[in-house]
Amino acid sequence: MTQQEPSAPVLDAQGVSKRFSAVVALRDASLVLNRGEVVALMGANGAGKSTFVKILTGALTPDTGHVLIRGKDAHVTSPAEARRSGLVPVYQEPSLIPDLDVADNLRLGNTPVEAFRHWVNALGITALRMDDMIGRLPLATLRILDLARALAAEPDVLLLDEMTAALPTDLVARVLKVAREQADAGRSIIYISHRFAEIAALCDRATVLRDGATVGSVKIEPGIEERIVEMMLGADHPQTAVAAKSLKAASQGTPRLALRGLAAGSRLNDVSFDLRQGEVLGVVALEGQGQDELFDVLAGNRRALAGTVAIDGQPASFRHPADAIASGLTFVPGDRSHALLMSRSVRENIALPLVARLSNWGAIPLRDEATRVTAAIERLQIDTRAQGEVRRLSGGNQQKVTIARWIAKGVRTLLLFDPTRGIDIRTKRQIYALVRDLAAQGAAVLFYTSELSEIRLACDRAVVIFNGRVVDVIDAADADEPTLMRAAYGLTEKERTA
Amino acid sequence: MTRILSKNIWTLGLAALLAVLLVITKLIQPDFGVSGLDSLGRAALPFALASLGMAVVVIAGGIDLSLASMMAVTSVTAATLMDGASDGQSVLVVLFVLLLGAAMGTVNGTLVVVSRVPDIVVTLSMLFVWQGTALLILNAPGGAAAPWLRALSVGGVTLPFVPEALTVWLPKSVVFLFVCLAVVWLPIRRSKLGLMFYAVGSDALAAFRSGVPVGRTKIAAYAVTGLFAALGGIAVTMSTGIGEPIPGPYLLAAVAAVVLGGVVLGGGRGGLIGPVLAVFILRLVRMDLTLMSVDPNVTTIVEGSIMVVVVMFGGVVAMRGRRT
Amino acid sequence: MSSTEIPVTRRLTRLMAENPLIPLILLLLALVLVLEIMQPGIVSPFWIGNTIKVAIPLAMLAACQTLTMLTGGIDLSAGTVATITAFVMATLAPLLGVPEAVVIGLACAVLAGAVNGFGIAICRVHPLIMSLGTGLIANGCLLVYQRYVIATGTIIPDTLVWLGTGRSFGIPNGLVVFIPFAALLIWGQKRTGFGRLLYAVGSNEPATRLSGVRSWQVYFALYTLSGLIAGLTGLILIGLVKTPSLSLALRLDLPSVAAAVVGGTSIFGGRGGYGGTIVGALILTVLTTMLTLLHMPEGARGILFGLIILAVTALYIRLTEKG
Repeated sequence: MTQQEPSAPVLDAQGVSKRFSAVVALRDASLVLNRGEVVALMGANGAGKSTFVKILTGALTPDTGHVLIRGKDAHVTSPAEARRSGLVPVYQEPSLIPDLDVADNLRLGNTPVEAFRHWVNALGITALRMDDMIGRLPLATLRILDLARALAAEPDVLLLDEMTAALPTDLVARVLKVAREQADAGRSIIYISHRFAEIAALCDRATVLRDGATVGSVKIEPGIEERIVEMMLGADHPQTAVAAKSLKAASQGTPRLALRGLAAGSRLNDVSFDLRQGEVLGVVALEGQGQDELFDVLAGNRRALAGTVAIDGQPASFRHPADAIASGLTFVPGDRSHALLMSRSVRENIALPLVARLSNWGAIPLRDEATRVTAAIERLQIDTRAQGEVRRLSGGNQQKVTIARWIAKGVRTLLLFDPTRGIDIRTKRQIYALVRDLAAQGAAVLFYTSELSEIRLACDRAVVIFNGRVVDVIDAADADEPTLMRAAYGLTEKERTA
Repeated sequence: MTRILSKNIWTLGLAALLAVLLVITKLIQPDFGVSGLDSLGRAALPFALASLGMAVVVIAGGIDLSLASMMAVTSVTAATLMDGASDGQSVLVVLFVLLLGAAMGTVNGTLVVVSRVPDIVVTLSMLFVWQGTALLILNAPGGAAAPWLRALSVGGVTLPFVPEALTVWLPKSVVFLFVCLAVVWLPIRRSKLGLMFYAVGSDALAAFRSGVPVGRTKIAAYAVTGLFAALGGIAVTMSTGIGEPIPGPYLLAAVAAVVLGGVVLGGGRGGLIGPVLAVFILRLVRMDLTLMSVDPNVTTIVEGSIMVVVVMFGGVVAMRGRRT
Repeated sequence: MSSTEIPVTRRLTRLMAENPLIPLILLLLALVLVLEIMQPGIVSPFWIGNTIKVAIPLAMLAACQTLTMLTGGIDLSAGTVATITAFVMATLAPLLGVPEAVVIGLACAVLAGAVNGFGIAICRVHPLIMSLGTGLIANGCLLVYQRYVIATGTIIPDTLVWLGTGRSFGIPNGLVVFIPFAALLIWGQKRTGFGRLLYAVGSNEPATRLSGVRSWQVYFALYTLSGLIAGLTGLILIGLVKTPSLSLALRLDLPSVAAAVVGGTSIFGGRGGYGGTIVGALILTVLTTMLTLLHMPEGARGILFGLIILAVTALYIRLTEKG
């Protein structure tokens, strides 16, 4: 690193890999960013984007590979160091201290106040006072403040992670304008977004990640969306459905679960659909489109802000997951660690719902419990050779345990949130078969998945949610991945209700 | 102006409550006056210093259950070393004890950061360790306090050019308290370290991302707590004239005063004036009960119940805050 | 690397994590051996009986800590509650008769436990702070009570003395109560719904919520039960000590926590059990004997116990992170 060539990239990351115990999050990620360039970093859910961002910003150290900033090995071990090296990130969650006012937050990060004020004004926030408490400001304002703070640090590289997600349209336009001006003035920007319209308006190139590796980098030009969707999906995605869907859901009669205008939190705005007995209904959405809130509401883990839920035609509202379970709605969360008692045995984990109620606090009917647990273990083919604590099981077996719990209890309506994330293909197949099997026996299944190919493998229909609303309902037969991907990115928006 | 008011509404409310209580006290006991204020100030002093210490660490997102034990260690150390010491020596003793307090706090903080065991467990263990240490230094109450130190907390201040009739209304103990507060806390609050305390307590991840060294900040907060504990220990020795190896009821009182004083358990919010006012309120309630010739043990129950209710209330508030 | 080549230390730590009873019993035997070397002839059937006798109240009070620690809590009011039950019983017995006095004493204990339960389950106060506060109030109540009642004199029922201090065929009578007590707990912790929920709530409370558990019910019942157990301990303890005092069981507070922690119950919840606690109580009793033989002052004992709790907890954190 003796002399810096003028044409050298501002940021050059090559061969970056990272694994978390058994899970490989990144295999071979790379990113090149030239002076004055805006590059979109894209990838489907689980492609390794967030891990890559954490490595670029110094929150994680890569196992292999290097990140060079302006030709210097930016061996950063903390966000503070990354900042000094010239890369300033704006995260999805505002990194401002809620209990300090604006001025103190600036002081904490050594941000020049005048420059900050300039950027706040330029970004269209007018009524800000320096003694406003951060915790009292709306989310959109906080994101702008975070961006203004980053700009005031005069970074060489600005990383914007879903910057526009919580912003109203006028602020989005401002942000894009300022970002473009910054790029024209010679700064470089890494732009992460699910919105093609913004990427088309702002970015010069798109670098695409798939399965933890960079699969290519393309120039942004009209009509490039299709190409990017293909890159994100990969060429070898199976086009044919494996599971035979002989059973067409009985479309008459009262639906098992009927949602009308459901809204919750800041992201779920207006969702309506019906789920019928014997049906597996897929839910397709990019990250953070309201699907988490949707499942939380149905599981009784969160209160809805608006809308109604009806079960078998009867209106229902849940104050606690116990209420939802009593109504037959059983929920398997996406993160196994949210469902499992890691330090307890398989049996205790599966039998947990059986002892949940006050009336079951006495002596456990051991024989009945053993029968139910054994039946559930056999049905899911859980490998229990590794006896003892559940945390010693493989990811796939852990996932099976979270489902087996409800098999042992008895399933009416099963809410599965991304049940196959990060598990092996054999276990995935078993889960598809189980889901079909349960539906055939009269259960209703709501199945959110981040893997689009699963819609054809396991579901009868899929609702597509974008920006907290249902934007499309697609029959499994028509649900090839490009169609789903386009719908999920809001490219084929057509308002419909199921 | 209204903003400053609304920001400090809790503190102002406490101040008003304290004023009301003072009036009530005067009504119950018409000859409540200079000596009453003086004894109130003296009784409140160790509690107030303990609460200051607790407030600092709670603001930074921790808790220190070993606070009262550290006070015991510093109290017996001061009393033992001062026994028979000259005035000059005893000044050195005080400085040494303050250093000792900060060192104990640093040990607590380092253990919390390095062992990754939660604060509450680490400081519970250290409660026993420091308590044992105090007993090793002095097996039974004993030792002595330097006369000048004892005089520091008795009577009113003397100020030049101000008539004594006025200065007697300002107990030395209260002045001592505010001097401690100003000397220890003001420089911190004004510097970036104070901001870092709030930042770490408010949102450790955001603080980390803003470039705050989270571990070191926590250790510093514990060190400041230790320093206040040392001041509290000295205050105990100052008012009793001896060293007290068995920790007094300062721990729970400090937690209660911190919660009542508007510092949120969990960190990031509140100041140090609120807890001080809360201590005076709690002490005054106790004093009023005594004046009404309520059994002192009943007073203890009432006081304990107030503290528990305050902490329970704080718990409910914290829970609501988490939900929204 | 085959499994036989795993370093001894790692195998030992894994053994310790999976089945803490074996290394614990080995540790206990080693301590007894050291004691015998320090003072040859000290270990005799009589000494063993004595050790068990002293360990019983400690092990019972440690049951409060074990059960609460399974959920990630703690009950620091247990010592005070035990003291209250013993004192109330001893002072009321001459006035009301022994059975009534015992019932009232235990009722006080249950009440204190329920107060803890209310604060912890409903108001979500941290168990440590809540139980500390309840202990303080309860102690105040005891002091008030003592002022009005001391004149009547005290009776310590013969049954309790027989249980606390007596021996039959060299075996402490206390075991008549303790063995069923321990058996009930060890059975209950694994074989009842309530016991299972203690582990479940301590292991992952949000996950139990998703499975339909209303954890406040568990906490409330648990702390009430803990109060009851503390009360029972007080009754056994007063049979052993034979004089009602206002600080009867207070000196057991810290060792009871240490016994549970040493016995392999994680202070973060979800792991451990009462079996280990019993061995832990025996270990601490032997250790105390040893410290007394060494003329170790009380302060040093406190320091040692505090460091043991911290070291064992830090060790368990490392163990659980590795897996």
